[in-house]
Amino acid sequence: MNPTRKHRLLLILLLVAAAAIAATLVAMALQRNVAYLYTPSEVLNGEAGKHARFRLGGMVQAGSFQRAAGSMQAHFLVDDGDATLPVVYTGILPDLFREKQAVIATGRMQGDVFIAENVLAKHDETYMPKEVADKMGAAHRKHDVPTTPVTITTDSVR
Amino acid sequence: MLPELGQIALILALLIAVLQAALPLVGAYRQADMLMAIARPAAYVQLSLVALAFAILTYAFVAQDFSLRYVAQNSNSLLPLIYRYTAVWGAHEGSLLLWALILALWTSAVAFFSQKLPHDVIARVLGVMGIIGIGFLAFLIFTSNPFERLLPAAAEGRDLNPLLQDPGMIIHPPMLYLGYVGFAVPFAFAIAALLEPASSRSGLMQNWLRWTRPWTNVAWGFLTLGIALGSWWAYYELGWGGWWFWDPVENASFMPWLAGTALLHSQAVTEKRGSFAGWTLLLAIAAFSLSLLGTFLVRSGVITSVHAFASDPTRGLFILIFLGIVIGGSLLLYALRAPDGDNSATSGKPFSPMSRETLLLANNLLLMAACAMVLLGTLYPLLADALGLGKISVGPPYFSLLFLLLIAPLVLLLPFGPLTRWQREDVSRPLALLIPWAGLAIGIGIATFFLAPQGSWKAAAGVAAAAWIAAGTARFVWSRFATKNSGFTAEMFGMTLAHAGIAVFVIGALLTEALSHQRELALAPGQTVELGRYAFRFEGVSRHVGPNFEADRGAVTVFHDNAVVTMLHPEKRTYASGGQSMTEAAIDPGIFRDVYVALGEPLGLPAGSGRATPGADTWAVRVHVKPFVRWIWMGALLMALGGFVTATDRRFRNRTRNNEETV
Repeated sequence: MNPTRKHRLLLILLLVAAAAIAATLVAMALQRNVAYLYTPSEVLNGEAGKHARFRLGGMVQAGSFQRAAGSMQAHFLVDDGDATLPVVYTGILPDLFREKQAVIATGRMQGDVFIAENVLAKHDETYMPKEVADKMGAAHRKHDVPTTPVTITTDSVR
Repeated sequence: MLPELGQIALILALLIAVLQAALPLVGAYRQADMLMAIARPAAYVQLSLVALAFAILTYAFVAQDFSLRYVAQNSNSLLPLIYRYTAVWGAHEGSLLLWALILALWTSAVAFFSQKLPHDVIARVLGVMGIIGIGFLAFLIFTSNPFERLLPAAAEGRDLNPLLQDPGMIIHPPMLYLGYVGFAVPFAFAIAALLEPASSRSGLMQNWLRWTRPWTNVAWGFLTLGIALGSWWAYYELGWGGWWFWDPVENASFMPWLAGTALLHSQAVTEKRGSFAGWTLLLAIAAFSLSLLGTFLVRSGVITSVHAFASDPTRGLFILIFLGIVIGGSLLLYALRAPDGDNSATSGKPFSPMSRETLLLANNLLLMAACAMVLLGTLYPLLADALGLGKISVGPPYFSLLFLLLIAPLVLLLPFGPLTRWQREDVSRPLALLIPWAGLAIGIGIATFFLAPQGSWKAAAGVAAAAWIAAGTARFVWSRFATKNSGFTAEMFGMTLAHAGIAVFVIGALLTEALSHQRELALAPGQTVELGRYAFRFEGVSRHVGPNFEADRGAVTVFHDNAVVTMLHPEKRTYASGGQSMTEAAIDPGIFRDVYVALGEPLGLPAGSGRATPGADTWAVRVHVKPFVRWIWMGALLMALGGFVTATDRRFRNRTRNNEETV
């Protein structure tokens, strides 16, 4: 074997080893940090049971938001049109959090209540997260929520 | 009438782009000077037309022409004048027009500064840039026309998204796009090099690379600035006090940056030593492809992101097809015509495993591995969805852990790079130079571990790594000045600045992560919260009226060791146009720490039951103390400066001329 070839073989072996280590690490890290999205009816059907930590997507039900005076703890119901799930979140909610708006909360179930660590709303008020829209399928039509930006027409502009 | 003129200008620009793409490429193939000569004037005309369209759209915003759908959607009669200018790129159509304008600017700059290059080279480069121009102008005209009329005209516009009504948003998109689109220049050069007949390719490649390097450096500098501005904006505007979220949209701009950083380094090797020629071409293709992919991710809305603004999947399809053509086409070309690694004429000068070439190869592998890791994490939710594995998201710990693992060896090796000779080096020489500094860095790290308020390995590792990079870089500067007649070029100065920037960034990033304090709590007027050595007294909230919003403006007195530092006024704004509310954090900036206060919501009464008496409410308040957070952006600024300074190196201009003279 000539020196160039030897050199090249060594390099290739090193690369393969590095790639194998990298692939293992990546797979492990991915597995640990992936959070699945479920809707309330899926959670109630027990589909989310296998994941301790997951994301809950749906609409904040009208009239369900409650907060004891002077407390940071917020209670609300997330609704997918077929089922609702109570959510508790302690902390400051995002600016665009509102009743009758789409929301994605990350957290885990404790009994019958979803304890959220993190609540996500969008930058843009006319936009509904695509994955929530997909998930909710027909359900979101019951709420009359646009999945694409509201097309502006003369009457929708004040 | 004017908007129609803008529309016509865009269509003409598209036609010119078609000419600019087709004729010079055919001309270069046939060696027909007449056809090749079209490239330059076409570039200038295209720029004038796109600039005209852009100016007309800007005028429509300033003059509040609500008969344009795009203006009606993104402006409002109450919008302050400065934001009417920036609203032009506040949404999809306008930001694409900005993309096209910046592409035209880069193309014209290439046309203007390339007088010394051979005709056929510049004809090919401008032709390739014309093809990219066709893609974006067609995209604008057919799917995202900013000049679409709204008849009858709206009486009032819907307003610019309040989050974008901010000084940071004025320059962030142009900077980012200058970077993104700037990678089109090395890309066009790579494609032009591959189109070159095999006989003249290898010799010319090194010369062209010398010519493209400053362009890559400038584009990379702008991209660095753009990302840093975006991070800074997210920090103060989103009200969470975070500076990087590993969000898909952020990743979309970070991937071309990583590939671009690898490209900068491999271009240097190929230009100076002739090695890695094929790899450099591939990186140039990768950097620009990732820029396009970033545009696709941001514009199509296929991935849930906190930064996702209204987006439209049908437009995504167009970009996806364009992306397929550009990436597929350039990779196919690469596969057919890439330089042959076994041919000594194209593979450059040989080097031993211990040489600067090897170190730069390691740099490239680590950066591209980091890039691939980010790409996988960003696209994994899409893949999983396509394969029916469910709707998932990949959490930030995936990115931060793997990024740290991949970047740590890079930081470790960085000081060796400049001190190691090309081609062959004894391991002992750079090691001997650096060992004292490694000792110093470790000592500083240990000292930090015990001195830092909450002794943590992160703080210690951050300071040690920064000291190691800074000392190693200083050692390089010293050895240059200690050796007689060695000189210190702009390229070296740029590199020193950029590497020093990494040291500053590492300090900022790791100390902010390790030493930040944060609390979220309910505060009644007069109540105090303590955070480390700082204390915050909530004074209450008063009503404040702005040009197009009303705000609840809080007053918070900040104490440090019982002495008053400042009074901060965070706001909760409600915009008149859409009723959208927005947090405006108040920050007391400092070199060594930021004090950050954001208002949540009034907690005095249940939501929806009306407003309580002003000033009497209990409010949710978020307070942060963030040590060294400014260093993150100062470091990025230094890196960007390094890129710009490197681009001014005389060598890039002189040798090109010399080579022409000898020819």
